Amino acid sequence: MAEVILKKVEKEYPNGFKAVHGIDLQIKDGEFMVFVGPSGCSKSTTLRMIAGLEDITGGEIWIGNKCVNEVPPKDRGIAMVFQNYALYPHMTAYENMAFGLKFQKTPKDEIERRVTEAADKLEITDLLKRKPKEMSGGQRQRVAVGRAIVRKPEVFLFDEPLSNLDAKLRVSMRVRINQLHRQLKEEGQPATMIYVTHDQVEAMTMGDRICVMKLGEIMQVDTPLNLYNKPANRFVAGFIGAPAMNIVKGELIKKEGRLAVKIDALELELPQEKAKKVEAYVGKNIWFGIRPEHIKSHETHSNEASNYASGNISIIEQMGNEEFVYFDIQGNQYISRLNPDRIKKLNLSEDYSFWFDMNKCHIFDFDTEENISL
Amino acid sequence: MKAKQESQINHQEVNDLLENDMLLRKRRIRRGKINSAVRYAILIAVGILMLYPLVWLIGASFKTNAEIFTSIGFMPKEFDFSGYIRGWKTSTEYTFATYFANTFKIVIPKVILTVISTTVTAYGFARFKFKGKKLLFSILIATLLLPNVVLRIPQYLMYREFNWLDSYKPLVVPAAFAVDAFFVFMMIQFMKGLPKDLEEAAVIDGCNSFQVLWYILIPMLKPAMISVALFQFMWTMNDFLGPLIYISSVKKYPVSIALKMSMDASTLVQWNQTLAMSVIVLIPSLVVFFIAQKHFVDGISTTGMKG
Repeated sequence: MAEVILKKVEKEYPNGFKAVHGIDLQIKDGEFMVFVGPSGCSKSTTLRMIAGLEDITGGEIWIGNKCVNEVPPKDRGIAMVFQNYALYPHMTAYENMAFGLKFQKTPKDEIERRVTEAADKLEITDLLKRKPKEMSGGQRQRVAVGRAIVRKPEVFLFDEPLSNLDAKLRVSMRVRINQLHRQLKEEGQPATMIYVTHDQVEAMTMGDRICVMKLGEIMQVDTPLNLYNKPANRFVAGFIGAPAMNIVKGELIKKEGRLAVKIDALELELPQEKAKKVEAYVGKNIWFGIRPEHIKSHETHSNEASNYASGNISIIEQMGNEEFVYFDIQGNQYISRLNPDRIKKLNLSEDYSFWFDMNKCHIFDFDTEENISL
Repeated sequence: MKAKQESQINHQEVNDLLENDMLLRKRRIRRGKINSAVRYAILIAVGILMLYPLVWLIGASFKTNAEIFTSIGFMPKEFDFSGYIRGWKTSTEYTFATYFANTFKIVIPKVILTVISTTVTAYGFARFKFKGKKLLFSILIATLLLPNVVLRIPQYLMYREFNWLDSYKPLVVPAAFAVDAFFVFMMIQFMKGLPKDLEEAAVIDGCNSFQVLWYILIPMLKPAMISVALFQFMWTMNDFLGPLIYISSVKKYPVSIALKMSMDASTLVQWNQTLAMSVIVLIPSLVVFFIAQKHFVDGISTTGMKG
């Protein structure tokens, strides 16, 4: 059993700066949990607190059935992969991987068996005699992962392990770590993984669940799809998804018995189902959010009853299979994600009509920024 | 027709461009050559200027006493080894071998103790948080600025109380307490440049603070430790004042004092002997320097990390 539980965990530095504000989190046994958030959101600090590299100033951390607040890192049953690999430069890959086991007083033949096994898994057998400086970034990172595997920890901690790799290598390492997680699970080894990243693609593709953090607080913990489709608040809505969700200030009004979002002169009617959820907010300011793919072209959606708006195109980003069209409506900029094969060729400064799919929109409380349309 | 003309013009233009490029490249190469010629000329000139006294010293050690003051050049008319033979015997009852042995009795423990104590002290300053660290560090830096001379008398009195006079203890024992602030400072700066991730990885692997120092930091600190050892070796070899103050029996003299002795043992100084012994005294420092040079110059390899 290697559940990781954080109970009201706090971190306050001696200078009074509070980095982590009493977070509660339960990571299930064998789960792949990703911490994601912008720089300075204390995701790495939280990970380092779980590892025991950073003291906690409040709350409790449980790993398995043990409160580990006072337990030194080596006895927490964890292994960590660092952003900079942190391989010992004067040791070969083999020695690097065997180093921790030697301190656990593992017998020599057992060390050899485990290292060879891990090397096989990560395809680094032919690198075992090399020193870190004789390896490429990707190879070093694999050795670093190998060093973690051989210890057979209950919990793996990854601190932005791929951010030093180039884009292509990052994708392949991402897949490899995912495979590793599955493989370990199949082999019946405990493989709770906690992975810190600022890259939301990594977060979305790797995590069983994602924990979105901001300024030392947890904003939402959920599966990748739920985070995308049902963001709990304005921050998560804006953070997850690229290009980011369009979020503009608006007002909720009632017009001829129907609820609508009014953004300056633009009025967008809400469907019945959404309207019911936000009725209490009529007459109040709100944040209106809609993902770029839910703003569509009038060419592909010409027969809708309402919610068309004409915008002036300011930027077009060609992606090949799709294009991101930036347009302005009364000073507010929106992004739409369109399929270039299904519409005419767009030009800059052109007025073009878009259709807003209001079934998919989100409404956030103006003050608390909570999602009120879920 | 027009197309053909155009293509000819283009051809011409390309040729011109290529030629121009070649000229530029040639000029650049020529300029590079002149530059390095000037640079090397200056370096060689300054090098000779600095090395000449040493060359003269070696040359003069093979001259006869009379020749030293009569000829300017460094090449002796004929090689006379008597300076070395007589010099080695010295005018005392001991040979230079005794003095060399004495020197090493001071140098070797002092170098070892210095390296150990400065490394441990620097580790404390560079990697641990403790109460009064800032104050202690300020004191350390303050001692850097303190002239050694002002400490001589109180130190002498203290060692006299310890009954350490006429022994090597006053010269060696302080090294065990990281008294050379310069070395500690140098080590701290070097250690601060080392990535902390490695130590954290080692802590997770199960090392305690001393094991981190022993297994992880020391292998990476090698260049700094060698520099400290090298400096301490040379400074101690050359130290004259320390032994002069604390050592009173001739039997215990190190070479630095023995050399001086050969100069005022009699009214007539045997310069060729003195110079010959100076040459011999230089050898250990030179040998140690050349052995350690690779590590001394070697940059730190933090290649287990990014990059």
